Amino acid sequence: MSAHENAQEGYDFAHPLPLPLLAGTFLVLTLLTVLTVAQASFNFGSLDVLIVMVIATIKAVLVGAIFMHLAWDKPFNIICFIGSFVFVGLFIMFTLFDSRQTVKDSIPVMDDAVVSAPAEM
Amino acid sequence: MATTDAGLASDAHEQPGHGHSDHGHGDHDHPSYLAHHFDTPEQQFDSGKLGMWLFLVTEVLFFSGMFCAYAIFRAWRPEVFEGCSQFLNTKLGAINTGVLLFSSFTMAWGVRCAQKEQHKLLTAMLATTLSCATVFLGVKAIEYSHKWHLGLLPAGLFSYDPSNPHPVGGPNYLAYICAPFALITIGVAIWLVVSFLRGAKFQLECAKPLMVVCLCFFVGVGLGTILESGGDEGHHEDDHAVVASADGTAAEHGDDPSHADGEEHAEHVEPAAEAVAGLPAAGAMSNDSADLAVLERLASDATNTGLQDELAARKAQSERSGGGILYDVSDDASATVASAPENVLRPSRAGVFFSIYYCMTGIHAIHILAGIGVLVWLLVRSIRMDFNRNYFGPVDYVGLYWHIVDMIWIYLFPLMYLIR
Repeated sequence: MSAHENAQEGYDFAHPLPLPLLAGTFLVLTLLTVLTVAQASFNFGSLDVLIVMVIATIKAVLVGAIFMHLAWDKPFNIICFIGSFVFVGLFIMFTLFDSRQTVKDSIPVMDDAVVSAPAEM
Repeated sequence: MATTDAGLASDAHEQPGHGHSDHGHGDHDHPSYLAHHFDTPEQQFDSGKLGMWLFLVTEVLFFSGMFCAYAIFRAWRPEVFEGCSQFLNTKLGAINTGVLLFSSFTMAWGVRCAQKEQHKLLTAMLATTLSCATVFLGVKAIEYSHKWHLGLLPAGLFSYDPSNPHPVGGPNYLAYICAPFALITIGVAIWLVVSFLRGAKFQLECAKPLMVVCLCFFVGVGLGTILESGGDEGHHEDDHAVVASADGTAAEHGDDPSHADGEEHAEHVEPAAEAVAGLPAAGAMSNDSADLAVLERLASDATNTGLQDELAARKAQSERSGGGILYDVSDDASATVASAPENVLRPSRAGVFFSIYYCMTGIHAIHILAGIGVLVWLLVRSIRMDFNRNYFGPVDYVGLYWHIVDMIWIYLFPLMYLIR
């Protein structure tokens, strides 16, 4: 049956990923999670957010490329998906520029009765 | 008619006009799984996949709004995020990350199974993915109920009180969260028994994995409970560390009011330290739990009222300084209007952090629920053996959705739980 259908255009187009590749990706993702948690106990100052985001992005790329088959997908799908992140970047960047130009938050400091109840014994 | 059965292979299978649908390679005929308006299964798959990718793009943009809110508030008040992040249990977050990653792995494996027509294994993989999803929700239920109990609520409802962190008499939030899941579990159990008694084989096959999936929610709740209570001791140490680091940052910033406040605090301690023999020096207030224990034993003598009062004062002071993370300890006359805006860890601002936290994780959890819904649909179809190597689109599309939910959590976890 498979030989029969192989002859036909548009059939048998599936390319199952090898299991070791999937398992390896999962392993790497887990290790990167451990790394993220571990790095939180060191102080890298302002680099902190950067390191965290780089690790998260590596993980996201792994999930996207292998689990979501993007590495073997049609270029148009890849462009769509990557494009969305480009626009997210623009969106957040410009909003942050904008918020830098204004004062800090104007959240009213109310309901702030500082607690002075005696400690329970 | 032909257009309506696009996604329902079995319907097409039963259409009289579409006979010999299994290998129909004639001019007009097509396999049961191939919708009428597609030439080949590959074309059908690619069309569906493009649609799914476009949907995922909208999902990314949808979540980006919340990430943007996060970015702005964190840029404005990094110290609020630092302080409030201490209330999130990193262990639970890390466990949930692992669970989601594993479910992504089983989902990707499931797609492979569908492509290779391993029907039994596909069912097992989908059931595993579903179980991971419910474990995730179970752990989440513990996290949420614990925070609600402490009063760590969104802005406007935020009522955390560091000197009384465990208010008694609140509603049992965990029971409320678990109630719908318990009802569903009971329903599935009844379904399981009924289908077993009636000998409905297909229904029994569906009910069995779903029963496991439902029970996994309570496994998650149990796991969360163990980790949450096990982390309690560490939590107290954390609190002290937080106080210390808060002092440290205040000194770094050269923040005059809080600096003066710290000195004032130390001065305040000194007379008490001199009054009671054997007390540690001033400034070591937060690390003297061992001495407090000794004092406690001395004070357990009911006649020793002086020492008891001393102990009460010490404890009160210790707890007040422990609350330094959330509230300015200089809550007396020195807290002027001018210094009030500096007290950034106030309920109104801490509440904003928790608003963002609940919004992002809550909508993520809703996505998990939606994912559970479509995965159950896949599970039933997989038991029906609907998928083959030319028709595995639904598994693949749901897989893509599931991976993007995982991807969002990959970003959420460090941004929420791992702020220093």
